[in-house]
Amino acid sequence: MELDAAQNPNPDPPISAYYQTRAEHHAVVSSDWLAHAAAAAASFPDAGAGADAAPPPSPGSNGGGVIEEFNFWRRKPEAAEAVAAIMALAAVIRSSRATTMMELEIELKKASDKLKSWDATSISLSAACDLFMRFVTRTSHLEHEKFDAAKSRLIERGEKFGEISLKARKTIAMLSQDFISDGCTMLVHGYSRVVLEILKLAASNRKLFRVLCTEGRPDRTGLRMSNELAALGIPVKVLIDSAVAYSMDEVDMVFVGADGVVESGGIINMMGTYQIALVANSMNKPVYVAAESYKFARLYPLDQKDMTPAHRPIDFGVPIPAGVEVETSARDYTPPQYLTLLLTDLGVLTPSVVSDELIQLYL
Amino acid sequence: MDLRRPPRSTSGGVEPKIRQVGFVTPDVSAPTEPAAVGAAPAPQSGTAVGSPTASDLAPGSLSPVMIPPPLHADHLSPDSPSPAASDAILASSAPQPSSMRFDAASELGEDDSRSLAPSAGELEANKGDLAGDSASIPQKQKTSKAERRAIQEAQRAAKAAAKEAGLSGKSTGAASGANPAISKQAKLAKTSQKKDVPHAASTVGSEKKISERLPERDRKKDAPHPRMQFDDVHRVEKAKKRAIVNQSEARNRVELFRHLPQYVHGTQLPDLESKFFQLEPIHPSVYKVGLQYLSGEVSGGNGRCIAMLLAFREAIKDYSTPPNKTLSRDLTAKISSYVSFFIECRPLSISMGNAIRFLKNRIAKLPLTLSESETKVSLQTDIERFINEKIVVADQVIVSHAITKVRDDDVLLTYGSSSVVEMILNYAHELGRKFRVIVVDSRPKLEGQGLLRRLVAKGINCTYTHINAVSYIMHEVTRVFLGASSILSNGTVYSRVGTASVAMVAHAFGIPVLVCCEAYKFHERVQLDSICANELGDPDVISKVPGRADLGHLKNWADNENLQLLNLMYDATPSDYVSMIITDYGMLPPTSVPVIVREYRKEHLWV
Repeated sequence: MELDAAQNPNPDPPISAYYQTRAEHHAVVSSDWLAHAAAAAASFPDAGAGADAAPPPSPGSNGGGVIEEFNFWRRKPEAAEAVAAIMALAAVIRSSRATTMMELEIELKKASDKLKSWDATSISLSAACDLFMRFVTRTSHLEHEKFDAAKSRLIERGEKFGEISLKARKTIAMLSQDFISDGCTMLVHGYSRVVLEILKLAASNRKLFRVLCTEGRPDRTGLRMSNELAALGIPVKVLIDSAVAYSMDEVDMVFVGADGVVESGGIINMMGTYQIALVANSMNKPVYVAAESYKFARLYPLDQKDMTPAHRPIDFGVPIPAGVEVETSARDYTPPQYLTLLLTDLGVLTPSVVSDELIQLYL
Repeated sequence: MDLRRPPRSTSGGVEPKIRQVGFVTPDVSAPTEPAAVGAAPAPQSGTAVGSPTASDLAPGSLSPVMIPPPLHADHLSPDSPSPAASDAILASSAPQPSSMRFDAASELGEDDSRSLAPSAGELEANKGDLAGDSASIPQKQKTSKAERRAIQEAQRAAKAAAKEAGLSGKSTGAASGANPAISKQAKLAKTSQKKDVPHAASTVGSEKKISERLPERDRKKDAPHPRMQFDDVHRVEKAKKRAIVNQSEARNRVELFRHLPQYVHGTQLPDLESKFFQLEPIHPSVYKVGLQYLSGEVSGGNGRCIAMLLAFREAIKDYSTPPNKTLSRDLTAKISSYVSFFIECRPLSISMGNAIRFLKNRIAKLPLTLSESETKVSLQTDIERFINEKIVVADQVIVSHAITKVRDDDVLLTYGSSSVVEMILNYAHELGRKFRVIVVDSRPKLEGQGLLRRLVAKGINCTYTHINAVSYIMHEVTRVFLGASSILSNGTVYSRVGTASVAMVAHAFGIPVLVCCEAYKFHERVQLDSICANELGDPDVISKVPGRADLGHLKNWADNENLQLLNLMYDATPSDYVSMIITDYGMLPPTSVPVIVREYRKEHLWV
């Protein structure tokens, strides 16, 4: 499906585009499909390039350029939205025609704002854009050099950041292997590609473990996840969301991903994560969050309602009678006291480290 | 072991100061074993020991602080005649069950029963009636190291006894400056002076502390200085010399808080006022601010800090370097004397301490090439910049962060009167947010009333209640905003007494607690409870209720020995009860305070 380049694909604002996109991605593309597509593309290089509609390098029309670049990266279903944004911004620097640092920074800021406005509810997108800006413009030598040298340094840093982000999942998967031992049972919630990567690597290392997968209504993420896991040969059991407490006894650890990691060390993730974390905490089971470092956001929610709302329509299968309200929020906030560790590409961290990292980067 | 500094105890560690803590009444004749001193009775030293520590007690008066005899277990000759002699002497006095204290002491050292002798001897000397004659001194025949030590101790004790008998005591003080042996000596001296303490006019002066601070400062610039412990009588008296404000120690002090200064409040202000024209070394604006502190006119962390800095600015403006002195050293000494004056008026708050450190740092870092007037101007602009950046602008930044957490239809609770929280509420009201405020107040200061008046004058919808009702009203509340006097490195919030209770109740109800504090008030110290560092206010205000003259049950509380009144000013809120700290560096979790202290103290302030 071709999405309109410069516009939010979902014309109805209250519905979060972020979740819409994910649903589209996951409904259409799974990894086997991707493998086939990649194989196909390899034998037809021209068709691959043509089908992808390579972005025209037009430095003048910056706004259009960045969104197109963004879409180009985003179409790869393995790439997270945030990573696509980072690569797009790196491309902006590369193709920029500015002659002073100030101009370049203004261009970057404009491009970043445009990307953020593409989906206002996506936390990782805005966090990644902000982090990219800070990471790239924070070099101290910039004031003393000529512009070209500074620009090339910025390009270097931008691409390095992009590379780190692309490889983030692999780094996290490697770091997490120590937490999975033979014979353990883990509970996963939501379709997180990072968690999937971790489990894939563990399976390929011939570890024997079992996964319990929550159904993940209304996105049916659990079914997708179990599909993938079964394809890897991992024994999977699907639970309905209400059966989490019932099955928590047999679980050794909980693995979740995150849409965003906030400054207090808590996470914002798919609806249901908070519940699972509460149950796990009360039964003394560790909760591990696998999140890339570009998801660290400068937000600080005090309670569930303190975030920008992101709604997702729920299909109950039968029409809802009039006068009945439905809670359609798509995500919740898990406070840091219920999380044991954060597995990130910066290392295995405790929740209180998030703020330290952000302070060092931002201030 | 080398003998440059005679070790105080063979255990090699700090000699324990064993005392009865808790609410012990001072006039009980037969002290029951205080639970605070945990020492299992060691049977072998039980026999002749009963007397030594009690020998200094007049029958019927138990000093609240008992000093264990020093542990010099290894230095006595096996057949020194003195042990037997002293044992004989002391065994005749009434055996008191204070053996357990000695047992504690002996447990820490070696279990040598011969350790009785020097201690017995010294304490005998401390009886106060034997001026200078210590029966245990005849140990001179053996010159073992431990015996020499014992002799030294005995001589010191003799000197202390002589001092107590009315001689000038400067010689002992001059002996060793920061030497910990002094505190031991002070403890020995204390037993003989115990009777005098309630009547002695001992003052708080930390001249000694300040002068110790300067050489230490060069070594450990960034470590916070140890505060003066006011239960160490020797130091307190030593500092009395330089004190400007004459203060008399309060009676009926609570034992647990003996390490904090407490004075009779009524007499200080008129005394100081009468001295106005005699205090030439104190600059008038400093004097004025000191008076304002003493009377309570200026209170609150920011207010006091700003008043102090402005006074210093005036003092620097009028300063001229005396001949043959360098400006930086002389000015630093002058500032230190002003600071000690302020401390006498009212103990420093942490914000003031940080500001003083900043100022001294700036003085020390002055380039030597500047002329005097340029230096003075530079220092004045530094002070103004500090006030502007760290307080005024910081407050504006805090307000801009905090306003994002105030939504429509919020019910905000605040405790006491914090300047920053008031600014936040005013700003939210200006922006047109719909919210209401609950002001929780407490005796004896009733600071919330002022805040209430100002908020109501602005048209904000307010509710006022006393702290007793905080759990009653908490279910209506959506957010709690608190101010802080300081935030410590482990995330503990050090603030007006009562804050911890409000935060705990809010936490129990699951309500987020937001603490608003400027970053210059952060401190590296770690405090685990509200006891080791605090401030004691005037206990008389507890006994009176304004407007209710009929409630005079506590009218003569000071005459009652069994009654002690405690008026604490600050308390420590553990970091678990705090959801978020709002500073000028943004919104942080309480665990990030040491990061701010580490990263931004060095760069910005102390450069």
